[in-house]
Amino acid sequence: MITATDLRLTFGKGTPLENPALRGMSLTVNQGEFVTVIGSNGAGKSTFLNALAGETLVDSGTIVVDNVNVTKLPTHKRAGRVARVFQDPLAGTCEGLSIEENLALAIKRGQRRGLSTAVKKQYMERFKESLSSLNLGLENRLGDKMGLLSGGQRQAVSLLMASLTPSAILLLDEHTAALDPKTAAFVLALTTKIIEDQKLTALMVTHSMKQALEVGTRTVMLHQGQVVFDIEGKDREGLEVKDLLELFEKQRGLSVDDDSLLLG
Amino acid sequence: MLSEIAFYGAVETGLIYGLVAFGIYLSFRVLDFPDLTVDGSFPLGAAVAAVLIMEGWNPWLATGSAVLAGMAAGAVTAILNVKLNILNLLASILTMIALYSVNLRVMGRPNIALLGEETVLTPWYSLDLAYHQVPVLLFSIVILISLILLWRFMKSETGLAMRATGANPRMARAQGIATGTMIILGVAVSNGMVGLAGALFAQSQGAADVTMGVGVIVIGLASLIGGEAVITPSTVVRALIACVVGAIIYRLAIAFALNADFLGLQAQDLNLITAVLVTLAIVLPGVRNSLVSKLTRKKA
Repeated sequence: MITATDLRLTFGKGTPLENPALRGMSLTVNQGEFVTVIGSNGAGKSTFLNALAGETLVDSGTIVVDNVNVTKLPTHKRAGRVARVFQDPLAGTCEGLSIEENLALAIKRGQRRGLSTAVKKQYMERFKESLSSLNLGLENRLGDKMGLLSGGQRQAVSLLMASLTPSAILLLDEHTAALDPKTAAFVLALTTKIIEDQKLTALMVTHSMKQALEVGTRTVMLHQGQVVFDIEGKDREGLEVKDLLELFEKQRGLSVDDDSLLLG
Repeated sequence: MLSEIAFYGAVETGLIYGLVAFGIYLSFRVLDFPDLTVDGSFPLGAAVAAVLIMEGWNPWLATGSAVLAGMAAGAVTAILNVKLNILNLLASILTMIALYSVNLRVMGRPNIALLGEETVLTPWYSLDLAYHQVPVLLFSIVILISLILLWRFMKSETGLAMRATGANPRMARAQGIATGTMIILGVAVSNGMVGLAGALFAQSQGAADVTMGVGVIVIGLASLIGGEAVITPSTVVRALIACVVGAIIYRLAIAFALNADFLGLQAQDLNLITAVLVTLAIVLPGVRNSLVSKLTRKKA
């Protein structure tokens, strides 16, 4: 379970470029929920995710993950509880290291690292098994450099890496946005499968309202650094993009001016 | 051509600079941390070893202390960068400048002669080998052990975390790696290797001098880049072997250039030759690639 309470963060305080990114954002994600997060550019989606991961520290508010207050902890001290897949397919893996070395890094996420060999024989079966579930033939290429893989393949491996060890929450930051439509569909299907199979708690930021309604168990919309609406269960079933837009206008008395949200 | 003694002499210094190249590989390549501290940690290693040998210490203990001194110097640079947010290159220049004073303090004077003192080489001279072959044998053993230890370390969990830190710090943090600690550890180990090189250099040359560090960074880089041009560093062990091979080739090239009478070069031209060789080592692989692509394009 993860609870964010009244998060506030302003970039460039006291400068002409002052930009309040989070303005009292509160959200509780329960065990086993798969929340999709939407919002126009500048709504605070990425900032919220970075705040949860520890890449940016908030000015005020608290973040509690599995009853541990992590508000002040840097990224690497939260990594045992928070797993993450980035938008950029190149960001989640090390291209200079082999596939097995990348997986070996991930299997130790948030744990002490010692002087024993990193790529251990006893890991191999697990690596091969999880890679073969991708149906990309990567289980026979364990020694290949990550840089030899395509963006979609690397994103699929990033997902595996994030789910290799248990976490309180899996953060997905528009992780299909940089891929071509066919690969994006493959990675999204893989995401749903992994989250369902392993009963993970997940938070997925997306730019596409359609995607936000198609997957997950709950949808949250952000606007100007706050949650504007939060739907789940029966209310969410059968909802379409236009319903979502109406809901948004009703809540805020505003119209959505971001074309990408309408077209996505 | 080279005389036998000049040849062994070149290999001997090549092996020592191979250790420097290991250190530079660790900072420049693995951690992506351009570290100039080596110009100070090389003479620091020499100074510490020389002073302790003069004090009557066991030469191996003195050499080990030189390694620790080098590590401390590297840690200072990395802490300036990680904890105080000083740009890595500038942090290393600050430590390098500071070490000049530290080295003078350590030695108490600008240089110390070690002639006639017991060094790590002394027991080996009783072997049935020519005088100029002994250092080559001992330093080969030292560099082989260092290579194996470094290689094993790079393959370990901590070593892998260090490689990830240099290659993709954001991903490393997301995997729970304390990137700051990794940088401090890595730059410290790097300068420990350089301190070892300085200590061995002082013992084989019979003196430690406060100015002996000038240009060590360039020689180390020349060895690293030259080695990578000869042996593609596709794996860690190949990259480490490339460091040693590059350093020996570099010293042989220098020795040849200085010995070839028809070139008319003299000892004072050393730095000029070094700069030319480094430039060639950086430029040649690119020229080769563009030549290959031009030739193949013509065919197509």
